[in-house]
Amino acid sequence: MRKKEQALERAVHGVFLLLGLVTVGCVLLITVYLILSGIPAILQIGLPDFLLGDTWASTAAQPQFGILPFLLTSVCGTAGAVLFGVPVGFFTAVCLAKLAPPKVKTAAEGAVSLLAGIPSVVYGLVGMLVLVPAVRAAFHVPDGASLLSAIVVLAVMILPSIIKVSVTALEAVPQEYEDASLALGATPVETWFRVSVPAARSGIAAAVVLGVGRAIGEAMAVMMVSGNAPNMPSLFESVRFLTTAVASEMAYSRQGSLHQQALFSIALVLFLFILLVNAALNFFLKRDKEGSPC
Amino acid sequence: MNLMKKFAGIALASALALTALAGCAQSAGGTVATDGSTSMKEVIGALGEAFEGENQAVTFTYNPTGSGSGIQAVLEGRCDIGLSSRSLKEEETAQGLTGTVLAYDGIAVVVHPDNPVADLDVETIGKIYTGEITNWKDVGGNDAQIVLIGREAGSGTRDGFESITGTADQCQYRQELTSTGSVITAVAQNPDAIGYASMASVDDTVKTLTVDGVAPSEDTVKGGTYLIQRPFVLVTKSDTPLSEAAQKFFDFATSPDAAQLISGAGAVAAN
Repeated sequence: MRKKEQALERAVHGVFLLLGLVTVGCVLLITVYLILSGIPAILQIGLPDFLLGDTWASTAAQPQFGILPFLLTSVCGTAGAVLFGVPVGFFTAVCLAKLAPPKVKTAAEGAVSLLAGIPSVVYGLVGMLVLVPAVRAAFHVPDGASLLSAIVVLAVMILPSIIKVSVTALEAVPQEYEDASLALGATPVETWFRVSVPAARSGIAAAVVLGVGRAIGEAMAVMMVSGNAPNMPSLFESVRFLTTAVASEMAYSRQGSLHQQALFSIALVLFLFILLVNAALNFFLKRDKEGSPC
Repeated sequence: MNLMKKFAGIALASALALTALAGCAQSAGGTVATDGSTSMKEVIGALGEAFEGENQAVTFTYNPTGSGSGIQAVLEGRCDIGLSSRSLKEEETAQGLTGTVLAYDGIAVVVHPDNPVADLDVETIGKIYTGEITNWKDVGGNDAQIVLIGREAGSGTRDGFESITGTADQCQYRQELTSTGSVITAVAQNPDAIGYASMASVDDTVKTLTVDGVAPSEDTVKGGTYLIQRPFVLVTKSDTPLSEAAQKFFDFATSPDAAQLISGAGAVAAN
């Protein structure tokens, strides 16, 4: 009987191990594939020319493959989205977790979940029909498809992940912490920001990392509102992100051509870029957490 | 009850997945697979529908990926007939591909309905797109900066437009959009915008300009008086014969009977 159970145990263990390995395998496969297909073009173009070249003319008679405009646009766009999205998301989360009456909270959380479920192409479409003309009218620029429009769309898109994860983290703070703070005479607002938020810091940090990841990786919605011209980033200019550079030209690039290989190289750069950002964020946020008396 | 629902959901999902798989696995036996130009959607859609109506047993598929992808797909044997909205390049015919002109398509130049400009010549359009003319008042319009809207690099429409207007690689686009519909939408949203799109896809949310005094229409495109036009090409392998069903479709599409369907879809039949 006992042996049988052990055999079962081992079998189940094996199955889970296998499933785990499938996940790891997928990541490895994608990484290896990206590196293998991304390296040739970089070698041919030259790393400095590729990363620091400021002209992208992929179908010209003398093609040029410089991705600096895309790289800077992705950095600026993501930073902008975080700048707008994180404060809004953070305060919404504090409000929902601590302040809101249960009915409002249920309604608001439902709305946030719904926001998370909206496909990105819908964000893009609404952005194109409402936001782009609005930006054009509000700022008296010739055309509203710009970095600013993309930032606004991205900021809205990262809200759900920031809010949901932050709320969960804030709610996980033990009631005793807050009770103690209140008993010591702190006001509720002081308690939320001096006790609850620091205690939930790592969860909130994870929320920000998630948001950043989503903002860097988004292609569809951004493609529809940013204009896609390969310009250097500027708030009211048409710009192209790393993601949209790959997405908009992949369908038309000839198989095996330098053009297609260069698109794979952009994907590789994007991949490394996201890894780097995540690693850096994790490093700083973790260090903060360990360093603070909390 | 809840469990039942869950199971029903799973069953439905697996059934869908299986159908999708089966769809992929079907060989060319009873199917005609086409792949390529997004601008040919209307024409191919009309032809495919009529063809399926006449031949109930045959399944017709159209994969709108773009001219380049379509040509590539034929070359790799991933589809029966490739669809290209430009003539084949020499290097492509050298790889063993044959292009058969199915129809001609006028590329319409469109502006916002409120724009007073109604006519431009090809040279002026070229100058506008290369950034030599940047204000509408220079061509008889309002005092406002011209916003250039176009398609992404590699698009058949962009290739067609730029080669006809002699602006290849020099266009100073404000927006490079990835579909005909997006271009129309963007132009409809901006009073100072100018864009180009397949004649068949233009609707009344935008104003179509006349070029050298000629409006794009079936007669002017076929007669050659409307200058911004390009061919719709069926791409096949030169040495490998088509499957029976695909050959039947090919014959149908290039027959004079199909001309009415093609013109119904906004293009001009070649035969």
